[in-house]
Amino acid sequence: MEDPLALVFLTAAATLRVATPLILCAMGGLFSERSGIIDVGLEGKMLMAAFFSAAIAAVTHSAWWGVAAGIAAAEVMALLHGLACITYRGNQVVSGVALNILASGLTIVWGNAWFHRGGQTPALEGQGERLLPLFFPRAGDSILVYLALLAVPITWWVIARTRFGLRLRAVGEMPLAVDTAGISVSWLRYRAVLLCGLLAGLAGSYIAIAQNAGFTRDMTAGQGFIALAAVIFGKWRPFPALGACLMFGLLDAVAIRLQGVRVAGIEVPVQLIQALPYLLTVFLLAGFIGRAIAPRAIGQPYEKEH
Amino acid sequence: MRARRPLPAWAEIVLLPLVNIALAFITVGIIVRIIGVDPLHALELLVVGAFGSPESIGYTLYYATNFIFTGLAVSVAFHGGLFNIGGEGQAYIGGLGCGLAVLALDRYLPIWLMIPVGIAAAALFGAAWAAVPAWLQAWRGSHIVITTIMFNFVAAALMVYLMVNVLIAPGSMTPQSRNFEPSAFMPAMGGNALNLSLALALLCCVGVWVFLWHTPWGYALRTMGHNPEAAIYAGTDLRRMTMLGMCLSGALAGLVGVNELMGVHHRIVLDFPAGYGFAGIAVSLMGRNHPLGIVLAAVLFGALQQGGAELSFDIPNITREMVVVIQGLVILFSGALVHLPRPWLQGLFALRRSS
Repeated sequence: MEDPLALVFLTAAATLRVATPLILCAMGGLFSERSGIIDVGLEGKMLMAAFFSAAIAAVTHSAWWGVAAGIAAAEVMALLHGLACITYRGNQVVSGVALNILASGLTIVWGNAWFHRGGQTPALEGQGERLLPLFFPRAGDSILVYLALLAVPITWWVIARTRFGLRLRAVGEMPLAVDTAGISVSWLRYRAVLLCGLLAGLAGSYIAIAQNAGFTRDMTAGQGFIALAAVIFGKWRPFPALGACLMFGLLDAVAIRLQGVRVAGIEVPVQLIQALPYLLTVFLLAGFIGRAIAPRAIGQPYEKEH
Repeated sequence: MRARRPLPAWAEIVLLPLVNIALAFITVGIIVRIIGVDPLHALELLVVGAFGSPESIGYTLYYATNFIFTGLAVSVAFHGGLFNIGGEGQAYIGGLGCGLAVLALDRYLPIWLMIPVGIAAAALFGAAWAAVPAWLQAWRGSHIVITTIMFNFVAAALMVYLMVNVLIAPGSMTPQSRNFEPSAFMPAMGGNALNLSLALALLCCVGVWVFLWHTPWGYALRTMGHNPEAAIYAGTDLRRMTMLGMCLSGALAGLVGVNELMGVHHRIVLDFPAGYGFAGIAVSLMGRNHPLGIVLAAVLFGALQQGGAELSFDIPNITREMVVVIQGLVILFSGALVHLPRPWLQGLFALRRSS
């Protein structure tokens, strides 16, 4: 029998490890969605960031160059999304879907052409090429874990307390009012989308060079969508979204431990626990658990009158 | 700035989409160039790989069959103003329905009865999986885009559970069901994967065309897509139309299961939708949401799939995922960036008028 205290510590650490990319990504999604830009492309941004961070870290032998490359890759995707949704007023969901599909193909095509390992990047060696735990080797507390936790109050402060945040919220609810006040709707939304790219880039880098030691195909495995679910679950507010990420992380952490455990004579299928974040979000959206109300202008391109 | 005149109708319908697709393929060419392959040489190998022999044409059309089903599925919903991203999950569950019907009945029914039952079961299960998000949007106000995305993941989890714990053939090491009896084999057309599902797909095209443009329900669905308020004014029940549009969409996506399971695998396997559901978005955008356009786009994507597979044998630097890149770029340029070339074309037409 394991020491219960150690069990609690390890479960908490596992929860935090799994939740870190979700938190970073969710905060990014929050900026984008509060400005009125739907982001179903979080998954693609993260995947692209994961690939480039691992590839550059392997080539330069430097984790930090890897992180920088990851952020840059996600920002390129974010700019494409902005170009399609803000400048050319295209359909935001279509753009997000396109970026996801593009990322899942490009990472493998480039990875294969570059490293000839069937889409994988070379395995990263410990110190230098990866971001290693800072204080507790068994807990996997790399610097990005702390950064993720820090990102939540910062996001809250920016959105709730700064002039930029006020305008950001206004542009997501009623862009016409912001435009009338002489503030550029496009520039505000571009900044929101770029912030989203920055955070999604950090999330992808974490997955490839802190949580794992290199890139493998489709390694984000739906986490971008879970982060999106967390944004909705948190009703587009930072701290409730953090709560949702931690809950989804905990579910994932216990799923492994619950394998084969019987509850009231019935074995709980691991797949049910894995599907719970999605199911819970569907229930929430359907109004069975409270009500989730999206920013009013979300998904609508803003057309300036001439 | 002087307001630009709108484009003439033919340019809007023909020229603009062609420019969009050309932009997507120029980008593909640049990417191929970046990974060190001559794009024209790759194109030549691809065309030969897709159409060079009766066998390769068979595979091209077999892939095209799946693209027709999912392309139609996306477009039917789209005509009603509904964006169904759940084709992947609906195809998966449609296959489950098809497989369950076959596993239950293939020892008792003759082939001429088994196949219609399998097709009906696939359509029914696909429709049911789409009906839940439709119901949630119509009656509970939750957005169909998010719910259908979530339902893709739920479908994948459900299938893994069923395959590993319930449907796995006794003694099998991999999660797959027992083999179907020959009474559930979709008759082959030619030697390889191509089967009668292609005829079913073409029949669906005609059906969708008749439904959308020659029935009162299709008219109501399109009205809802163009202008929901006008539809209400005309006495349309938007909730029922949402249900109808999504159920039809899901049923069409579910038919992928017929082509894959009754046509080729002859058992239930994991992951057979393999991205066809998402690719349906590209097919429908490229085909401008019209059945004829969808058939053409589906054959193109089928050729890319088959030719791309052959290409990856000849040029190791190119992998099969190149097709996925092309799908993404087509969705980007013909969907999200559809307005990108419009100012250029307007400028060109303005030049022509002034000269």
